[in-house]
Amino acid sequence: MSILQIKELTHYFGGLRAVYDFNLDLEGGELVGIIGPNGAGKTTIFNLITGVYRPTKESIVFDGLDLVGKESNWIIAHGVARTFQNIRLFKELSVLETVRIACYSQIKYSVVDALLRSTRFQREEEQILNESMELLSLFNLDRLADEKSKNLPYGLQRRLEIVRALASHPRLLLLDEPAAGMNPSEILDLMELIQYVRKKFNLTIILIEHQMRLVMGICERIKVLDFGETIAEGSPIEIQHNPRVLEAYLGEEE
Amino acid sequence: MTTKNIIQLSELDGKLKNKQWALAFALVILFTLTFLIPHYGLLNEYIQLTIIYIGINIIMALSQNMINGYMGDFSLGHASFMLIGAYVSSILTVWVFPNNWNPILTSIILFPVSVTAGGLAAALLSLIIAFPSFKTRGGYLALVTLAFNMICVSVVQNIEAIGGGRGFMGMEKLTTMPWVFIWVLIAVWVVRNFVYSNFGRGVVSIREDETAANLVSVNTKQVKVLTFVISSFLAGTGGALFAHVLLFITPKTFQLQKNVDFLVMVYLGGMGSIGGSILGAVTYTVILELLREALSILGTMPIFAGIPSLEVWRWVVAPLLLILLMIYRHEGIMGFREFGFIVPYRDRFGACFWLKKGRAN
Repeated sequence: MSILQIKELTHYFGGLRAVYDFNLDLEGGELVGIIGPNGAGKTTIFNLITGVYRPTKESIVFDGLDLVGKESNWIIAHGVARTFQNIRLFKELSVLETVRIACYSQIKYSVVDALLRSTRFQREEEQILNESMELLSLFNLDRLADEKSKNLPYGLQRRLEIVRALASHPRLLLLDEPAAGMNPSEILDLMELIQYVRKKFNLTIILIEHQMRLVMGICERIKVLDFGETIAEGSPIEIQHNPRVLEAYLGEEE
Repeated sequence: MTTKNIIQLSELDGKLKNKQWALAFALVILFTLTFLIPHYGLLNEYIQLTIIYIGINIIMALSQNMINGYMGDFSLGHASFMLIGAYVSSILTVWVFPNNWNPILTSIILFPVSVTAGGLAAALLSLIIAFPSFKTRGGYLALVTLAFNMICVSVVQNIEAIGGGRGFMGMEKLTTMPWVFIWVLIAVWVVRNFVYSNFGRGVVSIREDETAANLVSVNTKQVKVLTFVISSFLAGTGGALFAHVLLFITPKTFQLQKNVDFLVMVYLGGMGSIGGSILGAVTYTVILELLREALSILGTMPIFAGIPSLEVWRWVVAPLLLILLMIYRHEGIMGFREFGFIVPYRDRFGACFWLKKGRAN
């Protein structure tokens, strides 16, 4: 079953063409990688899907919902979640707080419930707290729940970003360079983590990454972007031998 | 998922019931004192008045802190919410409500209604500021709110029917110690319950990173509107109480200077902290009153004859305090920390409790 259809996605920054005619048809449960040199428009695609930018021309349909022109928080609440290339945690807040914030859309009580501390408020807050702690314990972060997120080591901050994304109950997860700045053994851990998360939460994942080891190791399908255009698409093996990809990454052969 | 250590608040509650009783007991004693002090004249009039102003300032500091401390925005518009609350409630008590009621009935029925009305009017007008706050933040929002303040002041100055620039009077002294105590309690209760809820977590996430907040499903627009509405409601009630103790209000009272006072209280006491707001309001009000005393003593000495009054000196003291605070301790005494008894148990001990249960199993 197709979960995400992107047709002719195009975006300009002023006169600069950031993404041109990007198409993607994603089956539920798939893990697709997007690679390409810096500035190829990869993160822009994530920003377009999650409503940070409004596409110049497009159609993005997620699970039967049209995402174009919707507020970011609406899109996230309807089952898309993402992480950021440069970690964007709530630095001064605790780990537990970070995860609970991401439960915002699941809470249905009103301000009046909150001000009067109604039983509905109590029930939902208890549920959110339990759920957040369980999620944290799955990723071995529960012991750090009261720690400020800026105090976590780098690798754990990356992991907390993934946990935060999962807290909004996504069906589609967008990972933006999760391995940036990691050493080879951390990358191996991350590969395992992504596989685990995918199975456990039944997720469809789009992965932007520069670390070829990671992309080639876990993606079933890879799209290659260069200057906003899709230059290749296929399985990891196909991509590795595609002359246009080699050209984009390594330059033309003499 | 494992469900071995589900947190039941009732279990948490049991361990801390005693502390809750102690707090309730302290509040009851304080409330009784607010009756006894004026009745038996335990403190002189001047100190009683100062206590009332401290109460009003606590409400204002809490209100200002919601925007500046918790949301991380910058409002210079809180004096205008106060102005709206003051005028609306005064007009109600002087012109609209019957004057021939028994004073006790006026105090228990008409007065709270007029204070609430003042708060609601301010809340309604705050929407004018809430919408620009979607687009602008920090310094730019400060300019928008400053402009809003100027507009409010000059509009009131030009409505002759309510006295224009000459001001409005005729109120009775309805703001009594018990009432101030009750309204302060309401303000603390409202801010605390709002801040420690889903919405409050949203507010704080806006302060930390607004884009990221939106991208983890926080409806930032909804949260901003709610924060502005609640914050300005409190400011409106503060204004209403202020009008009924000063008994004479002019639009000039609610200019930028008034707002600078609240800013000093927030930055002195502590950003993003209820305890800090209370501490800041108390400290700053006491400092100013001590200064007033000092000036009046100095004024009697021949060398200092003709020394300017407090109204002039506070223009020196408040900005100086702000500068020193910004340089040496910009988050304030209690910055982003809180007295334990204000924080709900779930937020304070939730994680610990969960872990302990996990270890036991």
